[in-house]
Amino acid sequence: MSDATLNTLPEGPNIKGKLSRDDIIMRAGMGVIALYLVVTMVFPLYAMLSKSFSTYQFDLATYELQVSDEEGNFSGEILNPLNLNATLGIYGDDDMITGSDGRLPLTKLFPDFSFRSTVKYKIRNKVEGGRFLVGSTLHTELDWLELDSNTFRRAQIRPVKATGFGNFINYFSTPALFNSIKNSLFIAVISTIVTVSLAFWFAYALNRSCMRFKGFFRLVAMAPILVPSLLPGIALVYLFGNQGMIKELLFGASIYGPIGIVIGSVFFTFPHAFLIISTALAISDARLYEAAVSLRASPWRTFWTVTIPGARYGLISAAFVVFNLVITDFGLPKVIGGQFNVLAVDIYKQVIGQQNFEMGAVVSVVLVIPAILAFGIDRMVQSKQVALLSARSVPYQPTPSAKMDGIFLAYCTGVALFVLGMLAVCQFAALIKFWPYDLNLSLNNYQFDKMDGGGWASYFNSIKLGLITAVVGTSIVFFGAYLVEKSNGFRIGRALFQMFAMLPMAIPGMVLGLAYIFFFNNPANPLNAVYGTMAILVICTVTHFYTVSHLTAVTALKQMDREFESVSASLKQPTLKLFGRVTVPVCLPSILDISIYLFVNAMTTVSAVVFLYSPKTTLASIAVLNMDDAGDVAPAAAMGMMIFYTNAAARIIHLIASRGILKRTQAWRTQ
Amino acid sequence: MNEVTAAANKYLSIDNLWKAFGDFLALKDISLDINEGEFVCFLGPSGCGKTTLLRAIAGLDLQTKGSVMQGGADVSNLPPSERDFGIVFQSYALFPNLTIEKNIAFGLENTGRGKSEIVVRVAELLDLVGLPDQGSKYPAQLSGGQQQRIALARAIATNPGLLLLDEPLSALDAKVRVHLRHEIKELQRKLGVTTVMVTHDQEEALSMADRIVVMNHGVIEQVGSPTDIYREPATLFVADFIGEMNQIPAQAGGSGKVKIGDAEMKSKPHEFAPGAPIVAAIRPEDVIPHGDGARSPGAPDVITTAENAFEVTVEEMEFLGSFWRCRLKSDRFGDAALIADFSINAVRRLELGEGKQMTIELPDERLMAFPRAEG
Repeated sequence: MSDATLNTLPEGPNIKGKLSRDDIIMRAGMGVIALYLVVTMVFPLYAMLSKSFSTYQFDLATYELQVSDEEGNFSGEILNPLNLNATLGIYGDDDMITGSDGRLPLTKLFPDFSFRSTVKYKIRNKVEGGRFLVGSTLHTELDWLELDSNTFRRAQIRPVKATGFGNFINYFSTPALFNSIKNSLFIAVISTIVTVSLAFWFAYALNRSCMRFKGFFRLVAMAPILVPSLLPGIALVYLFGNQGMIKELLFGASIYGPIGIVIGSVFFTFPHAFLIISTALAISDARLYEAAVSLRASPWRTFWTVTIPGARYGLISAAFVVFNLVITDFGLPKVIGGQFNVLAVDIYKQVIGQQNFEMGAVVSVVLVIPAILAFGIDRMVQSKQVALLSARSVPYQPTPSAKMDGIFLAYCTGVALFVLGMLAVCQFAALIKFWPYDLNLSLNNYQFDKMDGGGWASYFNSIKLGLITAVVGTSIVFFGAYLVEKSNGFRIGRALFQMFAMLPMAIPGMVLGLAYIFFFNNPANPLNAVYGTMAILVICTVTHFYTVSHLTAVTALKQMDREFESVSASLKQPTLKLFGRVTVPVCLPSILDISIYLFVNAMTTVSAVVFLYSPKTTLASIAVLNMDDAGDVAPAAAMGMMIFYTNAAARIIHLIASRGILKRTQAWRTQ
Repeated sequence: MNEVTAAANKYLSIDNLWKAFGDFLALKDISLDINEGEFVCFLGPSGCGKTTLLRAIAGLDLQTKGSVMQGGADVSNLPPSERDFGIVFQSYALFPNLTIEKNIAFGLENTGRGKSEIVVRVAELLDLVGLPDQGSKYPAQLSGGQQQRIALARAIATNPGLLLLDEPLSALDAKVRVHLRHEIKELQRKLGVTTVMVTHDQEEALSMADRIVVMNHGVIEQVGSPTDIYREPATLFVADFIGEMNQIPAQAGGSGKVKIGDAEMKSKPHEFAPGAPIVAAIRPEDVIPHGDGARSPGAPDVITTAENAFEVTVEEMEFLGSFWRCRLKSDRFGDAALIADFSINAVRRLELGEGKQMTIELPDERLMAFPRAEG
């Protein structure tokens, strides 16, 4: 055996494997789900991106006009609107920039125009592709069109579409708009620092002390996840608003603005930060602490050299998650932001308020950048976290200490009071007849049908959305994760699929919703029919919350023996049989977790669906927003609390159902 | 195994097989024939390519180049589901949520067998692996060894032509392992199924296999029966990997001689040119002690080859239960020591102890020469 010939593969073609029926089915399945993600995410985002680079401008030079005398005879002199405008100075350069729906009337270029006059006008497009409207009829032809004065009044030229940075230049030259970047970053950074600090000590108390009532505190910490992010805003209005119960505590400062946004953000991001940090603290290795004690390190030194380094990935990860949640949140700043503009609200204002879709798209692109950065760093950090815990680690057991346990108990009570207080204020507000003038209790605020926002129907729509999303979303996500995790070969396809599955996390809800308008509301799109239906709400919600669900499914699937599929193939059994008989039953706990996650989020989400609901598909969370907007703050609080109770009930049912199902299907675990 | 009959009933035939992972060549030009009913072990250190070769045979990870013929048919590019084999993994990969019966029945379903037929077959298989009453339990309720046997039963349920075992015993405790070694071998003999087992445990390979394929760095170092592999290692790697081996830097002498230090000794015939750098190798148990009473009473103590016998000092002794391992020092070896295993009887009769002088002989037919890289 000579080594030289053994160091290179021989020439000739490589063996190409024959695909089994299962391989084909699995690849086809993966293709279908990848296609789903492409259609529901990549295409809409592309539509939005191209929208942000679409500029519309009136080009006066491309039209020609003639004016007759009073008898209607044309002298033949051809007028160019560009020259007319130049002499008269009617429209400035800024007036030439417009949106896709822009229209410019021509009569202003004729100072002595009167619609009663007998003077006639002729108009034509000078070049191919020129467009003008007479009434609602579009003219693109080059022929002269003769109009009497009354009709010429209705002649309007249409803008020319171009691709370029015009919208972005416009954006960055408008201080009212780009100041929002600073505002958004400001509140996101402050909220992140406050939330992560609070959550760290809360998680520390729960993991590293022997204080009492840990289960209760854990439950309370998770409560904010069950309500829409705008609910704390409503509570803050009642507490510190113009007629707030304890507004004196702000010493004259206004809750409407950064203070309100930060306090509310701390409330709704707290559970996310707490969960991540708690996980990081829970996996620390007791042996490190034993070593620290044996080396006579002071508790303070141990904290900085063992605890913090051990939890650092969790802390960084929590920070980026909170940052992302705050900067992309729309509901809270909408309710409590006042004149303090942030990016997410700007998108809403541009689109809903001003119908300026291009500018909405530009703000979206601006918002995506920090969101993607935060997301990317978080992913990097999380991939490092995994290696921290080895199989030999010994879990840390805290030792009781009356003093420390007392301090922690007081601290956690404070945090719990903050969380429960906010919810209690909302519930209180919902039951009071007319704050602050009539403090009698009443259920008037629950008569949603008398308010804006869609009434009780929107509540039931939300439940419907939650249930459909839970069922459809869980099926798609889990099956997709299975295919990508357990199929053979096809590496590029799988890597691409993984990327598609991770992307939704980086896309703020507002951006996704707006992108859906651009994509699905396009009459040329065959999928246009879903626009305005429950289906698009389901699709949007599933896509919006795809990533976390996908990761949960992948984590569960990774714990399955890699060789199950090999064994099944060697036994000549179809992979789908294995999937149904083994994979799904074994992963059932995770599948149930995914479904409750999707349900709760479908109930509380505002940002993604705010652009997509129709009068028939109003949602409870949107109703909270709209009722608050209309000044019906108490009913908004009432609806918000309905969402809270529904989600709490769903979680309890989920818990009971899981226990029941697990008892039957997971008998093998306990024995 | 007789070479002539072997060629006649060859069942699995691997031809010029290569496997590349990117730039790394995991298997390099592997060719190997396996006979019907034979128990073959792929033995080698981790990373040698033995599992890769097994997975190529199963079609789980397709080879890059080369062909695999099974039962006369070319299966080179077939997916696992279209090949004929049963497989047992190190993890057993028993389905945790199915009972033992359902696990074994998994491969019997959808094969045209009736329900009652399946029940009978499952009971038969449970009997065969010696766990007749465990059918309704879940895998987690069984011990590792029992799970192993269930995995085996599941793999052979459909009577596959080929049984593949991927490190099937390495997750078990030593005692259970030795016991199961015997049982698997017994079962294989009873069923007569052609079997390929991957292992890094030489004892396992030596005790179970009809033939051992020793692999290293993606190539086959040697193929042979356990005794061949042990007694006549083809390369220094094989000699070193299987069992203990003294390796003494030396030069080749004239034909059938090796030169250790200044002394020339007789050795197994080799083809090295005189003066070529070699490694002289001998197993510790092949070193013969001499002296009064070295042999059992009555047997004469005779030095067969005078030039291979010499004086040594016992430097260190280590008691290993059934024998003594001794470090022997001699002027001939300079700093290097010779390891010899002496029976307890011999040690007692010769009154060996640390510091004691004695005579040993390196029997010429056990003293082997391997090439040595100069450096």
